[in-house]
Amino acid sequence: MLIFEHSASGRKTKIQSTSGNDLPTDIPAELLRKDKPGLPEVSEMQTVRHYTSLSQKNFSIDTHFYPLGSCTMKHNPRACNTLAMLPGFLARHPLAPEQKSQGFMACMYELQEMLCDVTGMAGFSLTPMAGAQGEFAGVAMIRAYHDSNGDTERKEILVPNAAHGTNPATATMCGYTVKEIPTLADGDVDLAALKEAVGPQTAGLMLTNPSTLGVFERKIEEIAKTVHEAGGLLYYDGANLNAILGKIRPGDMGFDVIHSNLHKTFSTPHGGGGPGSGAIGVAERLKPFMPLPVVAKEGDQYRWLTEKDCPQSIGRMSAFMGNAGVLLRAYIYMRLLGREGMQRVSEFSTLNANYMMAQLKARGFQAAIPDRYASHEFIITLKKQAKELNVSAMDFAKRLLDLGYHAPTTYFPLLVPECLLIEPTESESKEEIDGFIEAMVQIQQEAETDAEMLHNAPYTMPVNRLDEVRAAKQLDLAWSSDK
Amino acid sequence: MSEVPTDLRYTSSHEWVRLEEDGTVTIGITDHAQDALGDLVFIELPEVGADMAQGDACCVVESVKAASDIYMPITGEVLDTNQALVDEPEIINNSAYDDGWIFKVQPDDVDDIEQLMDASSYEAELEDE
Amino acid sequence: MPFIPHTEDEINEMLSVIGIDNIENLFDEIPVHLKIQGLEKVPPGLNEMSINRIMQQRATEDASPLCFLGAGAYDHHIPAAVWQITTRGEYYTSYTPYQAEASQGTLQLTYEFQSMMTALTDMDVSNASLYDGATALAEAVLMAVRSNRKSKSRKILMPRSVNPVYKDVATTIVKHQNIELIDIEFDVATSKTSMDALNAFNGEDITAVVIAQPNFFGTLEDVDAITNWAHENNTIVIAVVNPLTLALLKPPGQWGEQGADIAVGDGQPLGAPLSSGGPYYGFMCCKQAYVRQMPGRIVGRTVDQQGREGFVLTLQAREQHIRRSKATSNICTNQGLVVTASTIHMSLLGPEGLKQTALSCHKNTQKLVEKLTAIDGVEIVFEQPRFHEAVIKLNRSASEVLDKLANGNNILGGLDLTALYPEMENCILVCATELRIDEDIEIYASALAEAMK
Repeated sequence: MLIFEHSASGRKTKIQSTSGNDLPTDIPAELLRKDKPGLPEVSEMQTVRHYTSLSQKNFSIDTHFYPLGSCTMKHNPRACNTLAMLPGFLARHPLAPEQKSQGFMACMYELQEMLCDVTGMAGFSLTPMAGAQGEFAGVAMIRAYHDSNGDTERKEILVPNAAHGTNPATATMCGYTVKEIPTLADGDVDLAALKEAVGPQTAGLMLTNPSTLGVFERKIEEIAKTVHEAGGLLYYDGANLNAILGKIRPGDMGFDVIHSNLHKTFSTPHGGGGPGSGAIGVAERLKPFMPLPVVAKEGDQYRWLTEKDCPQSIGRMSAFMGNAGVLLRAYIYMRLLGREGMQRVSEFSTLNANYMMAQLKARGFQAAIPDRYASHEFIITLKKQAKELNVSAMDFAKRLLDLGYHAPTTYFPLLVPECLLIEPTESESKEEIDGFIEAMVQIQQEAETDAEMLHNAPYTMPVNRLDEVRAAKQLDLAWSSDK
Repeated sequence: MSEVPTDLRYTSSHEWVRLEEDGTVTIGITDHAQDALGDLVFIELPEVGADMAQGDACCVVESVKAASDIYMPITGEVLDTNQALVDEPEIINNSAYDDGWIFKVQPDDVDDIEQLMDASSYEAELEDE
Repeated sequence: MPFIPHTEDEINEMLSVIGIDNIENLFDEIPVHLKIQGLEKVPPGLNEMSINRIMQQRATEDASPLCFLGAGAYDHHIPAAVWQITTRGEYYTSYTPYQAEASQGTLQLTYEFQSMMTALTDMDVSNASLYDGATALAEAVLMAVRSNRKSKSRKILMPRSVNPVYKDVATTIVKHQNIELIDIEFDVATSKTSMDALNAFNGEDITAVVIAQPNFFGTLEDVDAITNWAHENNTIVIAVVNPLTLALLKPPGQWGEQGADIAVGDGQPLGAPLSSGGPYYGFMCCKQAYVRQMPGRIVGRTVDQQGREGFVLTLQAREQHIRRSKATSNICTNQGLVVTASTIHMSLLGPEGLKQTALSCHKNTQKLVEKLTAIDGVEIVFEQPRFHEAVIKLNRSASEVLDKLANGNNILGGLDLTALYPEMENCILVCATELRIDEDIEIYASALAEAMK
């Protein structure tokens, strides 16, 4: 039932303050609204009950194991939320003067410093509001850098074919064409193909390491050298930073610019699809181009760097300074972990992934890259099941929901047929992981005995499989009273 | 195995081309292409009167999980488009080579069609995929 | 170990299943010389009690001044239920609803959000949100370029009375795609977008025009005339609106003869705290004809195999994970949690509550202007119909007076416009929401009178 279906005309609800019904005398009638907008008219209790019961139709980290590959669904410590929502932080106006902002700015400055430390970069800007915006900032800086050197013939961004779809989409938004580089069967970038592809037209390479295939790119130094020698820059997609935190740093691998998804690695909430944060780190030579604002420290005072300080900046990416509340949560999380905790994140997320992969392999599942250690995530391919039993990765995913587990990422990366990309994260216990493995084994048995049953899973959710063709053809994107 | 009529010409990007008696050509996507895309939910047709070069992306077909550009198989002017597809793109799923035609073109040089694949070459390509 | 549950026994058991001796073996593929020995700037970890102390102290340090500052972020009352429900784990810790069957809560809520936004703007469709109002404008510009098939110029008219930071952000995002943002002057007497300036483009190929209602100075624009002008010139109309006004002011779908084509804005006034500028959310609505050019997630209503109502992400073929380099935008993660709060906020207010809030804002602002301009040396700059902001001019340094108010009285007296508009020296943009009751206005007025002495 929709909230609108609880509505009754004339039910006055949560009126903040009453001004009476006198319309303003200074506003001409033709600028006023004549009809009543179709918002629901419901009581506070109806609202609370409706949205509480809707929430119960969601799987979440708080309620279920959520091994969604490439998304790092780790525990979100409650202290981060509670402290980021202290009244003093919530009430701070984004344009409040610096002298009324030192407490907040101290947190932001220290966050910048900690991010530089864990990534090996020379500077950080916190303003991008999600990974995709961080990517945009990064590629725009690459372009600004080449332009500032009068090097305007570089028109091409290289992207491995295993890359996330945002990489090519971002390159296009920055006015570049995209060339895909093939990946070898062992998961590494095809270095020979890369050497063929680079040249005076190369603006840069966008790379995730560990890659979306869940393995560490072993030839990273040679890749960096190849791109740099051709005059290009190296962009690090931080989606998989959790795998290497405190072990190895993108800056030391030769990357010139990186974005970090704070909602992945640094545990800010995923919120049903945001808000995220795509804070962006740069090597020394890209510092002049960072998006603004950035916090600087002079003596014991913090101040904002603006266009006056950084005339070559690529500009502003949000009306203020990005998702500040998210940044506070990441700051608190990093302080709780501390330097020794950072390392543990990569160690235990990697331990969990490799244990899970080993167990699944032992039960007959096929890993996409079976002979290498996994990073913090790994891929199972159900190609054989699809061919022999007519059971797809989607069928496995849907049946997992019945058994109380959120499905892993399905059908990504596009290179691996019928794949499940599984990322347990460090915060899951062995017990939970063992339960998931048993569920996979059970579904395999069901596939062998009753494939048809799997085609119609799930059975225990509020709805079963939805008609997506109808959704796309008979578009129903908003409720109205006459529907 | 998908259907590949012998009287048509084909491209590697899975368009088919039929030479009509009046020297125009009719263009659509192959049975293999519609099958790979799945249930089509939307089509964006080319503009009638537009001059396009071989290889230009001229329209888009979408299913729920995929979108695919259709590339101009032959240089020429777009003469007509199949308006029935706007409301019912699934016609392509049901009849890729007949009712599911997408647009008609007046080629600059009708002989260009000879450079496209014949049915057996296209079938051989499908085998390799 | 914080947030890691493993016992020593479990670790050993897991290692033996993998067939290695210690965890470090798992990192053998990393070249040894690249491994780091430890971190320098990250301090040692804290327990919850210690971080509590630090954050409490820092939050108090900023002193929560009495706020008459707006300029795109507004201090409104948020009912207690809003964030209590929003921070339930099922909303807070879920992600993008990739598995629709296990995400009906988020999906239905998003559908309800889209429905509320289309109702408020009187437009046909809404997406599930963009990052903020400024990036929503940038995306609207890109969308207009894709949508306006009659226009080849990629020229966008951008009145100077639109929030200048929004223009900066739009410039950052669209400048690599050969799009030209052309400044349109405002009438210096009224602050409204000048029709004369628009008429200079009659007959030219212009892709889109941006109209802000209210504009950055709080003034109400002649939206009908500008919309009609645009449509006569085959130009797309991009409306930038404050959603809080839309139960009171004519919504973009009703502007002129045909209504605006795309409506965007920042959803902050509907349930997001000031919070140093974010997270807020950008919204975007449009006419049905343009839906396939829209960026971002969109939720649709459909049925399951048994005919039961259900909700899914739809029109995904527009998006980066399918279209890659040809996607409408690179956006994926948006501002879901803030949308959750906003949907609950709109439900609690309803049409009447929203209208009353808007009326209170307007009334308080009129009172504020009256009180402030009664002070010697303070005058109103644009005596025009307005919503909840106004520009006042001082006969002395605005920045010094604002500093005095902030440091001496703990009052944020407004935004000094000099940096954004060099011609508006000593002008201050002030704002009063429904929260700035008479008592607050008195405090500000007497502090300003003192500062002007």
